[in-house]
Amino acid sequence: MSVETQRAAHLVADSETMRWKYLDQIRRNPGPLTDPMAVEEEFLAQFEKFKIFGAGGLGCEILKNLAMSKFKDIHVIDMDTIDISNLNRQFLFRKSDVGKFKAEVAARFVEQRVKGVKITAHNNRIQDFDDEFYKQFQLVICGLDSIEARRWINAMLVSIAEEAEDPDGIKPLIDGGTEGFKGQARVILPSITSCIECQLDMHAPRAAVPLCTIASIPRQPEHCVEWAHVIAWEEEKPFPKLDKDDPEHVTWIYQKALKRAEEFNIPGITYSLTQGTIKNIIPAIASTNAIIAAACCNEAFKIATNSAPCLGFENNYMMYSGNDSIYTYTFKHEKKEDCPVCGREARPLEADPNMTLQDLLDSLALRPEAQLKKPSIRAEGKTLYMQVPQSLEEQTRPNLSKSLKDLGLENGQEVVVTDPAFPLEFNFYFRFKAAESS
Amino acid sequence: MTEILAQTPPILHGPSDKERKYDRQLRLWAASGQAALEAANILLINSGPGTAGIETLKNLVLPGIGKFTIADNALVQEVDLGVNFFLDESSLGKSRAQCCTELLLELNPEVDGSWNSTVTDTASLQKLLDVPEIFTMIMYSLPLQPEMIQAIETYGRQHGTPLVAIHSVGFYSYFRIALPGTFPIVDTHPDETATTDLRLLSPWPELSKFASEMTKDIENLDHHEHGHIPMVVILLYYLNIWKEEHNGAYPTAYSEKTAFRELVSKAMRRDNPEGGEENFEEAVAAVMKHVVAPSVPSSLKQVFEYEHNDEQQSKSSFWIIAEALKQFYAEHQRLPVAGGLPDMKAQSNVYIRLQNIYKEKARQDANDVFSRAQQISGGENIDRAEVELFCTNARFIKLINTTGEEPPSMGQIIERELGNDEISAIAGPEMPMSLISIYLALSVLSSTSVASADDIIAAVCEKAPTLNNNERLAQVAQELSRAAGGELHNISAVIGGMVAQEIIKIITKQYIPIDNTCIFDGIESRCQVLRL
Ligand SMILES: [Zn+2]
Repeated sequence: MSVETQRAAHLVADSETMRWKYLDQIRRNPGPLTDPMAVEEEFLAQFEKFKIFGAGGLGCEILKNLAMSKFKDIHVIDMDTIDISNLNRQFLFRKSDVGKFKAEVAARFVEQRVKGVKITAHNNRIQDFDDEFYKQFQLVICGLDSIEARRWINAMLVSIAEEAEDPDGIKPLIDGGTEGFKGQARVILPSITSCIECQLDMHAPRAAVPLCTIASIPRQPEHCVEWAHVIAWEEEKPFPKLDKDDPEHVTWIYQKALKRAEEFNIPGITYSLTQGTIKNIIPAIASTNAIIAAACCNEAFKIATNSAPCLGFENNYMMYSGNDSIYTYTFKHEKKEDCPVCGREARPLEADPNMTLQDLLDSLALRPEAQLKKPSIRAEGKTLYMQVPQSLEEQTRPNLSKSLKDLGLENGQEVVVTDPAFPLEFNFYFRFKAAESS
Repeated sequence: MTEILAQTPPILHGPSDKERKYDRQLRLWAASGQAALEAANILLINSGPGTAGIETLKNLVLPGIGKFTIADNALVQEVDLGVNFFLDESSLGKSRAQCCTELLLELNPEVDGSWNSTVTDTASLQKLLDVPEIFTMIMYSLPLQPEMIQAIETYGRQHGTPLVAIHSVGFYSYFRIALPGTFPIVDTHPDETATTDLRLLSPWPELSKFASEMTKDIENLDHHEHGHIPMVVILLYYLNIWKEEHNGAYPTAYSEKTAFRELVSKAMRRDNPEGGEENFEEAVAAVMKHVVAPSVPSSLKQVFEYEHNDEQQSKSSFWIIAEALKQFYAEHQRLPVAGGLPDMKAQSNVYIRLQNIYKEKARQDANDVFSRAQQISGGENIDRAEVELFCTNARFIKLINTTGEEPPSMGQIIERELGNDEISAIAGPEMPMSLISIYLALSVLSSTSVASADDIIAAVCEKAPTLNNNERLAQVAQELSRAAGGELHNISAVIGGMVAQEIIKIITKQYIPIDNTCIFDGIESRCQVLRL
């Protein structure tokens, strides 16, 4: 090595040392709560190899924070392309980027801004990869918009942890989500602590408006929008396929809704309400995303460096609300022994023996603890209803209109529910309501 | 293809590019809030590592703040690149204010930004503050020379400018807001479930008439009609029956309400094909929450009882409308009807008529308050829309930073917090320990960036002797000194998000800002808000 290159190498090393002065100060000087192992040279060196996986709508914030936490090997996944409505918070994107892949643009931006970080972009859905892919990471951090995607990655990481023979199989899952001025950040140690599925009832789905209200007795502007969206669209098919992001399509629905609302004297239809209703838009702002993503990345940094105690074994969930002053509630969400993903026991399924199988299946979508939209169900030795394949669907369809009692189902009997959105089975047992006196 | 195009009418009120860009935030603070943001001019006086202030600005530039200025005399060094994202290699050696301004401006072409690298002492700061434009809000990062802080505070008092001090070191951080005088908020955005105001125990003639007409032959209605009586009407009808059976008294005690609920539940038809009635179920479910006598919440009482010590303040539209509302309440012994009606099972036309009865009453009440406001000196030009919003939100109006009452001293606050900690120690994790020691320890570092744990403890105990030998303080001091004045990006990003939320709430006068200090513990991942 020439003197020149040696000097250059020294300079790079010096600038690297200077650059991370604040962060290394924390890592090399233990605090009163720091695990002593954190400052051992061997452990300090391991951090450089830490491989981390990020996903979801908080991706811009997460990438920035991970890169600024000195993580060097980051994978990011997002199948979405950039929409103009992202620009008020997803700060790595510009107007000229609209239409490009989010993961790609974000990765290149942060690589350029922060020297020495390697970011691998995947323009995919998280479900496109299998366990072999996810096993390469030490930690997964996500701010996914959809509960389905959260449940999927959770189930994946729990199954990796359960199959693993050593602690390396435990890939902590850090999850963040926001809505308006509110949000939450949580840390899951798969198979050890309460998982996303254990916590599902924290995110109850919104009650759907009954179809008869939409079809015949609308009272709210949203009812008129749903009528235009579901009924008028099906009848008239103005475009081959509804694209909720196409202003022309939204305008069609908006105007249909407006006409219907005029008919019933219902005030309050706007374009914005129309779009919000059909897309189920959740308000989102830069500042809340910043808080939640940084709280998540702070946990990732603490887990990777041991520089201070992290959320996980004890408290594992932080709720944040900024509507009325600032309020956080950081607590321990307990693991559920009957969790379909990380637990071992079947869960009770409250039901009325006189209800039809169809009613039971419909209710699974709404029950906070299940939230299954395309359930198939079987009891020991008999298939009650299957969504696929088609032949089986046709065979089992007549069961839908029969009552549970007529199907021979009994109180306490176990049933298995599956749903194409989840790589696992849900075990329930019936807990019949005492017949009401009528 | 042409057929489809011909069918599609032209876009009537499709959103503009700007509305599309800001769609997700307009759903939170509407066009009025956005206009306030776009008119705002924010000054950041930066110091130390200075990341928290820049992260705050990022979260304000994105939603489209009007203008910002960064005052910072530092030149960019290698260490800045490890903590501040809005700098890169090409920034080394240049003005930090300039480089951050340029990279922040890339985020939103609609925002103006400028920078100043000459502020090094009180004189140069004064020069910056003396510019003719008035700053809407000023943030400053700690540590900062005490004389400079005084100059900023003087500016705040003179111009009524809210100030925010931010301090972030290692895993700990806090920010403190100084509002100029009492800060009232009308548009507090309460949870939707809390806003329903049905006046079931004090119906007005139009509402009673509507209900009695609908129910005059209730037993003989067919199943369809009976199953579509709105729950408001059901409750009004059975409340009348209850009254007749109870010497004209409404059910008010818990046991009476339970009995009343039973009465409504028994009236549900179960001999219909559905075996029950959704509207009666809604009525039963509404009893505990909505069969209540109207009352004045304590936050509004505070508004009614407020004594002005500032003549100018009492002339603001808020206080004129508040006075008018107080007169309204004195005369009618009730608040104006809010006017909203939640969705309930009903025929469309019935629901719309009922909705209009509530709306009409709200309009009349607002008119009453409006004409009272116009009679008050200074109220001649009061805005009707403002009165309407005031009446609708009357139960949720809030005062922040109320002046007048003697605030507790720091010594009293510390005593109270330590007392709470003794209770928490017994209560367990449900009641977290106070974070005040983080604030006190950080305060020691507000004019000097580095101090040993012992120095921090000594300085805190000098002002607060009760903390002598306090274990928690010792821990916090060690944790802080460990950081040697450095920031952690994640902690500064958290606090930058919180400060931005608060600035948005103050500028838009929507939602409720903190009163007045928020402390963040990045080890335990939680906050505490204290009025200090
Ligand atoms: Zn679980």
